[in-house]
Amino acid sequence: MFLKNRVEKTVVTGIMFIGGLIVSLPFFWMILSSLKNENEVLSIPPTLIPNEPTFEHYINLFQNLNFDVYLINTLIIVFFSMIGLFLNTMAGYGFGKFQFKGKETWFIIVLITMMLPGQVTMIPTYLILNEMGLTNSMSGIVLPGLIAAFNIFLIRQFMVTIPDDLIEAARLDGAGEFYIFTKLIIPLAKPILAVQVILTFIGSWNSFLWPLIIANDQSLYTLSVGLALLKDQNVTNYGLQMAGSTFMVVPVLIIFIIFQKYIIEGFNVSGIK
Amino acid sequence: MSTMKKKWTPFLFIGPAVLLLIIFSFLPIIVAFGISFTDTNLIGLANWTQINFVGFDNYLELFSDQKFMQSMANTFVYVIIGVPLAVGSSFFIAFFINLVGQKLASTFRVIYYIPSVTNIVAIAVVWGFLYNQEYGLFNYLLSLVDIGRVPWLEDPFVAKLSLILMAVWKSNGISMLIFLAALQSIPRVYYEAADIDGANRWQKLIKITLPSMSFATFFVTVTTLIGWLQFFEEPFVMTDGGPLNGTNSIALFIYQEGFQYNEFGYGAAASFILFAIIIVATLIQFKFRKSDQTL
Repeated sequence: MFLKNRVEKTVVTGIMFIGGLIVSLPFFWMILSSLKNENEVLSIPPTLIPNEPTFEHYINLFQNLNFDVYLINTLIIVFFSMIGLFLNTMAGYGFGKFQFKGKETWFIIVLITMMLPGQVTMIPTYLILNEMGLTNSMSGIVLPGLIAAFNIFLIRQFMVTIPDDLIEAARLDGAGEFYIFTKLIIPLAKPILAVQVILTFIGSWNSFLWPLIIANDQSLYTLSVGLALLKDQNVTNYGLQMAGSTFMVVPVLIIFIIFQKYIIEGFNVSGIK
Repeated sequence: MSTMKKKWTPFLFIGPAVLLLIIFSFLPIIVAFGISFTDTNLIGLANWTQINFVGFDNYLELFSDQKFMQSMANTFVYVIIGVPLAVGSSFFIAFFINLVGQKLASTFRVIYYIPSVTNIVAIAVVWGFLYNQEYGLFNYLLSLVDIGRVPWLEDPFVAKLSLILMAVWKSNGISMLIFLAALQSIPRVYYEAADIDGANRWQKLIKITLPSMSFATFFVTVTTLIGWLQFFEEPFVMTDGGPLNGTNSIALFIYQEGFQYNEFGYGAAASFILFAIIIVATLIQFKFRKSDQTL
């Protein structure tokens, strides 16, 4: 529509290609630097490819810097966030496919929480958790982030499109409500749930604020909190810092690149157009 | 029995999620509002009788607090520079991606989206290295073209710009996807009709593309603005608000008051000011949008 000939197209593609290189540069630099030893990483002029690639920083992360503990904690949070996603799906189904008293009011309450900045609820939520005796505990880290109003909203939008007749038919066959939900509704919602699973994984893998606020003991730190600590304690050891960052970023990159088609399309489907 | 069961079924589905939302999202607003009028701190937390009602003192004190005013000013700079830059660059990326062929477009889409899914702490650590005054890649590359060392994170004003640059790089992805979806939904016949009328490219851009994008632009601008008003992780990890408070944001100020100095009441008051700013900024934009539509 806008480009007249091959030359113009090549120029635009070239610009996009260079732009893409610039955008990816921090990632390349991170991975390459993580493989350099402590002297080489600080050398001027810097080397592009490590002279003697070394995994010493990665070994150090796990042997001396508790990254194994942080990894397990992060995976625990990922696991609970999936339970949270299940609860979100249940709520989305409840709001999408049932008529009940006060439905609008409850849904408005859900929507209001969506508009709240995290910083407003940060201090009072901490105080509430403190009253419940959950500070410095895994439950305290997991609970505040379990439910995402935006996800309930998205899932509800999908649930509304499921024909009522289908659910009625299952009821007439004598199926229980929870059975209908797990055996009929969830399989139907697979496309949208698949996207949600990936996004929930990425979100909880990256979670930073609540673990930071709630965890006092290093034994409860997640990877991102552990990495922030590592940065403060090893200010000039950039090789180590880059190894920690690589370890956090690369799993997400791999998952994103494998599933990007679903994520980006799911994003379009969710109707922000 | 069966009607009773039927009546309760929907609540079994929405119950757990709604209950958790009320405890951890709805109740906190009320608590925050309440404690913002008290002097709640670590002592008060251990012994509630030590908490005193102080009226509007926290709010009044905030406006004479140098550090808070500085944080407000910094946040203002972040918004004024960051929002146009973020909206503009994601628009241009989407516009250019839309020009190249389908296959290349999907590759570029992934490349430009990637920073959005990565961990902010890891990103801040990596950029901290790139920005290092002595050993960083940026200053090395600049030295090749004879530009002296830039104090990326050492000068209060430059540090703000450095954080903005990094945040724009990281946040482009989602806005770009929204713009791209909007661009692709513009009917081709509009352009074909314009071609028949002999319109040039500039006219097509101004008369067709931009007006068709007005809702997407509005949506992206509102969400970007809200995001930038809450700017937190970048200054927290990279500069901890320094140098000389030069990069402190309102959100970071709230965190520091609440969790470093344990002044919960004071921090909650600051968080309500932030909340008010966000609401006002959003309402102003809705107002603009309305007058835009009546034209």
